[in-house]
Amino acid sequence: MSNEATLHSHQHEVTHGTVAHDDHGNGHHEHHEDSFISKYVFSMDHKMIAKQFLITGIIWAIIGAAFSVIFRLQLAFPDTSFPFLETILGHWAKGGHITPEAYYALVTMHGTILVFFVLTAGLSGTFSNLLIPLQVGARDMASPFMNMLSYWFFFLASLVMVASLFVQTGPASGGWTAYPPLSALGDASIGSKIGMDLWLTSMALFVVSQLLGGLNYISTILNMRTKGMSMTKIPLTIWSFFFTAVLGVLSFPVLLSGFILLLFDRHAGTSFYLSELFVAGKALSNEGGSAILYQHLFWFLGHPEVYIIILPAMGMVSEVLAVNSRKPIFGYLAMVGSLFAIAILAFLVWAHHMFVTGLNPFLGAFFVLLTLLIAVPSAIKVFNWLTTIWKGNIRFTPAALFGIGFVSTFISGGLTGIWLGNSSIDIHLHDTYFVIAHFHIVMGVSAFFGMFAGIYHWYPKMYSRYMNNTLGYIHFWITLVGAYCIFWPMHYEGMAGMPRRYFDYSNWESFKQFVELNKFISIVVLIVFATQLLFVFNFFYSIFKGRKLTTTNPWNATTLEWTTPIHPGHGNWPGEIPEVHRWAYDYSKDGHDFIPQTVPVSPDESKH
Amino acid sequence: MSGFLAVLVVVLIFVVIFQIAKASEYVSILKGEKKARQQNNRINGFLLIAFLVLGLIGVYYCNELLKGKILGEAASEQGDSIDNMIMWTLYITGIVFVITQILLFWFAFKYQEREGQKAYYFPHNNKLEVIWTVIPAIALTVLVAIGLRHWFRITSEAPKDAMVVEITGKQFNWLIRYPGKDGQLGSKFYKNINDATNPVGQDWDDQLNKDDFMATEMHLVVGKPVKLIIGSRDVVHDVGLPHFRMKMDAVPGIPTTMWITPKFTTAQMKEKTGNPDFIYEIACDQMCGAGHYSMRANIVVETQEEFDAWVAKQKSQYELAHGAATPAAPQQEAAKDSTQKAVAAIID
Repeated sequence: MSNEATLHSHQHEVTHGTVAHDDHGNGHHEHHEDSFISKYVFSMDHKMIAKQFLITGIIWAIIGAAFSVIFRLQLAFPDTSFPFLETILGHWAKGGHITPEAYYALVTMHGTILVFFVLTAGLSGTFSNLLIPLQVGARDMASPFMNMLSYWFFFLASLVMVASLFVQTGPASGGWTAYPPLSALGDASIGSKIGMDLWLTSMALFVVSQLLGGLNYISTILNMRTKGMSMTKIPLTIWSFFFTAVLGVLSFPVLLSGFILLLFDRHAGTSFYLSELFVAGKALSNEGGSAILYQHLFWFLGHPEVYIIILPAMGMVSEVLAVNSRKPIFGYLAMVGSLFAIAILAFLVWAHHMFVTGLNPFLGAFFVLLTLLIAVPSAIKVFNWLTTIWKGNIRFTPAALFGIGFVSTFISGGLTGIWLGNSSIDIHLHDTYFVIAHFHIVMGVSAFFGMFAGIYHWYPKMYSRYMNNTLGYIHFWITLVGAYCIFWPMHYEGMAGMPRRYFDYSNWESFKQFVELNKFISIVVLIVFATQLLFVFNFFYSIFKGRKLTTTNPWNATTLEWTTPIHPGHGNWPGEIPEVHRWAYDYSKDGHDFIPQTVPVSPDESKH
Repeated sequence: MSGFLAVLVVVLIFVVIFQIAKASEYVSILKGEKKARQQNNRINGFLLIAFLVLGLIGVYYCNELLKGKILGEAASEQGDSIDNMIMWTLYITGIVFVITQILLFWFAFKYQEREGQKAYYFPHNNKLEVIWTVIPAIALTVLVAIGLRHWFRITSEAPKDAMVVEITGKQFNWLIRYPGKDGQLGSKFYKNINDATNPVGQDWDDQLNKDDFMATEMHLVVGKPVKLIIGSRDVVHDVGLPHFRMKMDAVPGIPTTMWITPKFTTAQMKEKTGNPDFIYEIACDQMCGAGHYSMRANIVVETQEEFDAWVAKQKSQYELAHGAATPAAPQQEAAKDSTQKAVAAIID
């Protein structure tokens, strides 16, 4: 393979590079002839691409979260004028009050950005890229070039999405699910004009990025493991990235097909989703389409998507909890099995988002059964994490704390999934704040906690420096308490049937009792948002000024990434790739604190 | 100015926190990595257990504070089923929530790193795995079984004697049509729609349409099942009935249905809730555009006599469209036009 050859030639340069620069080690040493462009911009090094995904994701997260701050201000203080909003948004916030159109645009963009750009690209894009070659023992991805394209398609998608924020009629505003006919007809909503075309274009580019990345992750894991690294010896992080990539590769194309049909309906006069419409004073000619067809296509990705978001977090938390408890992950095979079960079931439950669309109740019954079945592998995972920390010797690094926080929020949000997955309860709670509370806790907060755990834990590998611990602790505690304060009370709003995506509740006799609660939630949102900025500051400050790493293995972990040099070059290991002899979880075995995967099994070692 | 001050304060707080964080890092380097870690561990271990205790108290307090605001007893028989289901699910998930959260934070606190403490090498145990596969599976089977029983009952065919009301969503209000005396809705076609005289597109050649009347408020009879025929003129809407605990999408081109049996009249609810302004509201529950948040209609649940009196005052849409020289919106007519009512009765 030509690819291998390229990498091996790199390897020699790397060896020299590392030796020459180790003493004043600052930055990332690759080949001498690397220009700025090929090193930092069009890089084919998976570690650099991971950083590109991460930093792009962080920028998107700030934008997406800032949008939520703005619409939370509206929800809490509908009668107060905020002049700064007019400064930022112009006629979308005349007199300091955002318009309903602006509110819906913000809500839509918040969802799109967080779900796709931050928690898909920013999370699995970052850590799949960083950890797959390092933990399976490969010099790079199967195709570094495709990997680079994957990032740049994401970048293009980002550019198009940013552009859509500045068009005169505003960005898409029909919700992140973009249900037609609302999203198909410019006359039905101002956001469904050019903003929607840009949204669809951006998402199409994003799907391309995901497929290029996903195929790469799968082929790297299957084909490029180092000697001795059988599939049962790879860390759970890799298993989770593997299933994530499989989910993405199988479901994103379906989303793309749904979007293409939507584009046809918008511009080519077709009627895939449109039927019998009377909009803006005139009857349209479309007949015979089904708006529900789109929902099927959308949720066939949409549901696996939530596992695409949460599986990498699960994998990383498994790793972080084991390392910091100084204990093997409990039930490795059960953990892999439950990931597998979740991945399979992920494809069989999409219609639980559609219980109240007029779905055949008999068909709905199967989706209830399959949906609640997912709770079984999820429960196995939770109990295994609990048993992993049981009788451990836990070090509360910021990463470990976020790992514990992840388990806590995953339990809280997962249990409300049992409510919503049961169709009879869903009739009442569907599209209310209960749903908002549920998925924000289980795939928003939890996934972010998994991501934070990953960032704090692997930061030394990425930047050869540590992040500031104290800021990490402050970040964790305010975020954990804040997240519960924000989302827990929303369950009650949902129980009252309070609908999502309302601009103002003050005219509703049934929902106006929550005015004070909404104020409380929004104030906590402001505090938590400021705390995230503190994290961002810590992240960027530590790249340049953080405490330097002085050892290759700062957490005393067993996995292969910690056998690379402090400043790994392109190709990761200066010499040969180490051989693997054991699984990744020999912590506290036979009186040893930890036994790296590269250590051969000695004959007198106890079996497990 | 105040905005500028607020930003200044936030920045100052940031700077202070950052300086403390930087100083504490230097201190921990001076103290040695191990000692610093032990100290951090003690602090965070304490915080974890404090979070558990305060968190559980907070959950209780939050419930005390908010349980009075979640609309009280369901106002339909179907809603009772759903509330019953919620109760069972709450018990099961509530128990699991409390136990697992206590275990998580208690273990974290108890097994924090200590000098001389060794972690226990415990890679797997099949018996445990089987236990926590089987127990959740059984619990979930029970929930699925109860849930589906309610689900099939709620989504079953409406009883034969159910009253029929059609509700059509449009940006951004609801169009409500009653079948009139014959009890049958006339046919409609979207190309007949005319906002002034024919908002749902009734086919005037269909005899069944002659007595159908439109209303802006939905009137229902207490204790009498009602079947809603739900549709939409433009985008997807959703008929959300929070007090009745029911909900169904309104999809253009594909009619949907749901049926409920109201338990309390509006007057009874005013008494029950102690709120003289109480009103049953229909809320749109599916994002439908800029006016989504204001897409409301009211429901009046009343006795059969009150309902009959109300129906007698209504005027068919056919007549409104054809009778009056200058057709007006149906609601204004329906509300006060009692002189023409007599004429309508004669024509019918």
